[in-house]
Amino acid sequence: MENTVNIFLFGKKYEVPAELTIMTAMEYAGYQLVRGCGCRNGFCGACATLYRIKGQHELKACLACQTKVEDGMYIATLPFFPLIKQVYDMEKITPTEAVMMQLYPEIYACVGCNACTKACTQELNVMQYIAYAQRGDFAACAEESFDCVMCGVCSSRCPAGISHPQVAMLARRINGKYLAPGCDHLEDRVREINDGTFTELIEALMEKQIDEMKELYNTREIEK
Amino acid sequence: MYSEQFKESLALVEAAREKNIAFEPARMTAEQKEQVLSTFHPDYKTDEFETLTVGPNKGEKVPKELAATLQAHSRITADSVNLSAPDYETDVLIIGGGGAGTAAAIEAHEAGADVMIVTKLRMGDANTMMAEGGIQAADKPNDSPAIHFVDAFGGGHFSAKRDLLAKLVCDAPEAIRWLSELGVEFDKEPDGTMITTHGGGTSRKRMHAAKDYSGAEIMRTLRDEVLNRGITVVDFTAAIELILDENGAAAGAVLMNMETKELLVAKAKTVIIATGGAGRMHYQGFPTSNHYGATADGLVLGYRAGAKLLYAETLQYHPTGAAYPTQIFGALVTEKVRSLGAKLVNKNGEVFMHPLETRDVTAASVIRECSERGNGVDTGNGQAVWLDTPMIEKIGGEGTIEKRIPAMMRMFGKYGIDIRKEPILIYPTLHYQNGGLDIKVNGETTNVKNLFVAGEAVGGIHGKNRLMGNSLLDIIVFGRNAGQHAAAVAKETTVGKLTLDHIAKFEAMLADAGIKTETVSPKLLPNYTKQENI
Repeated sequence: MENTVNIFLFGKKYEVPAELTIMTAMEYAGYQLVRGCGCRNGFCGACATLYRIKGQHELKACLACQTKVEDGMYIATLPFFPLIKQVYDMEKITPTEAVMMQLYPEIYACVGCNACTKACTQELNVMQYIAYAQRGDFAACAEESFDCVMCGVCSSRCPAGISHPQVAMLARRINGKYLAPGCDHLEDRVREINDGTFTELIEALMEKQIDEMKELYNTREIEK
Repeated sequence: MYSEQFKESLALVEAAREKNIAFEPARMTAEQKEQVLSTFHPDYKTDEFETLTVGPNKGEKVPKELAATLQAHSRITADSVNLSAPDYETDVLIIGGGGAGTAAAIEAHEAGADVMIVTKLRMGDANTMMAEGGIQAADKPNDSPAIHFVDAFGGGHFSAKRDLLAKLVCDAPEAIRWLSELGVEFDKEPDGTMITTHGGGTSRKRMHAAKDYSGAEIMRTLRDEVLNRGITVVDFTAAIELILDENGAAAGAVLMNMETKELLVAKAKTVIIATGGAGRMHYQGFPTSNHYGATADGLVLGYRAGAKLLYAETLQYHPTGAAYPTQIFGALVTEKVRSLGAKLVNKNGEVFMHPLETRDVTAASVIRECSERGNGVDTGNGQAVWLDTPMIEKIGGEGTIEKRIPAMMRMFGKYGIDIRKEPILIYPTLHYQNGGLDIKVNGETTNVKNLFVAGEAVGGIHGKNRLMGNSLLDIIVFGRNAGQHAAAVAKETTVGKLTLDHIAKFEAMLADAGIKTETVSPKLLPNYTKQENI
């Protein structure tokens, strides 16, 4: 018999191979997942999970697809958490501190308990990015929150009722649209294309025989 | 930290690192590529394919698993639902809530249409979310859409539909501009210049990225925009059959709540299939880098309603799937790792190929190294080769990995492997469906009216192989395009009487062809449970 561990899915005991992740252990136990399973690779935040190891005090949070089972793990999945998502028009928003006060005023009720940071499944400094948002430093908030998968565990632990992932989402969009430097070569190229600069070249490629295309491809110069 | 079993090979890789960094491996000739592909690429294993005997592509070969799901029974019969009392009515019905579906929704909404997205999991549970490496666009002064065209056409073995490819490359810079306007962050220099790298088979550095969360950054922004616009999103609900009208035009879909199994009817003036790929079909037993719902649903829906497939026999095996540890077996290791300088190294510490050949050639070469040449590392769960990530820090300077590929560092770090100091083990993983439904430049299928397709469910944009970064591009360009055209067509469409007659017709064809099967489709989700469900 391979190496196994005992885990408790919603309190019920299952013996599963020790090398499995929480997600594959649930499937091994017989769960056909619909909720709480998305990309299975740590990018989508569908499989937020809380667990406590028998005999230990600390409540931990993780992504089920990215975490190996441990003996005595008591597991509760959190496939959905009611975050507050405010609706806004990106074209009309101004990149000022006032935006946050208007849309997500609860961030100013942060009590500094740092439970969000401790719970983050991506090990982000969540409280810090909320602090940046409070100050209207959206570029810093965007950078600090960049790896967020919006699983919502931070918000589930927040006594102030903050929807951290949505605050960060707004900060990143403001940063991407208004604060990041504009890109001249991109604007130039869009204009050239609209002016028809490349039309003839493309039309010529549409007409060429396959042999000519092969010659072009196989002899093309490759930038170092 | 690697266990004892890898020590010997690891020592050889480390000892050769300096020399390997300096070594400039030759690119393969066209003949060498052809040779390695025909001998080692999974697409060339003829006994893994089956000839379709029913439907618009009768006589053509597709992977066995796809044939079984295409030539299967519907989950319903025409009398399972009441078509005269639709639960939803909309102008544009979009099936799928990934990058293509949301891009389409935003543009259709912008054009004034009433739009509804239906998705079997959550909006954003899609391969777009997991695309790490980047998005191509020829926006640098030394580049042009024409050069991009040649790269993609050659990389796809000269089989792309040229009108589709021309649209892809010419609309690329505008796609990047559109995303930036929505607030998508791209890696830039302080002066705004895009930081761009090579991908396999590119002749110019035109890969734009948002660290190695490129797809996630795009996806979460599009999702946010859909929510801001108040577009109707019906989640945890799968489309299980298209509805046509009496004139044969697409006019909606039968939906199934994934949790309650309730059936619902959605009536629409136009329909966009944006259901994505098929990695979870596990063709040839390969692991996959795809999300949980990638089960070729759109191909089944379209095929049963009479839409044609193109190049459904070609799949993309990403050369660098994680081969170790087992918990992440098959997960994507972004091509950007090689763009940043990491080389592929065999068990003897030898660089055996140029790291930036196209994906199909690279995957076939890795398989050759692990089979015929016997230079693979035994992981206990198959063979693998090394991808020497510490090279990146030596070439780009300390901190490059954390800055440019944080997701990769995190993924391996969870299992005690520090990719800044230790190389990783990789083997090809099923990554992308090159083929799909055949479309015209406006995104409409070639033979079912008012049925549009966008994203990975389309065949022909890339031909028989796709370059890195052209998929994120295609979901944006052709997603927007489908949304715009579907909205315009909807304005001029009056829907006739709804029908599901095509289900019985397809059943009759199955019977005529002597196909006896218990399979129902679309598959919707894979079953990874240990025991059979009772």
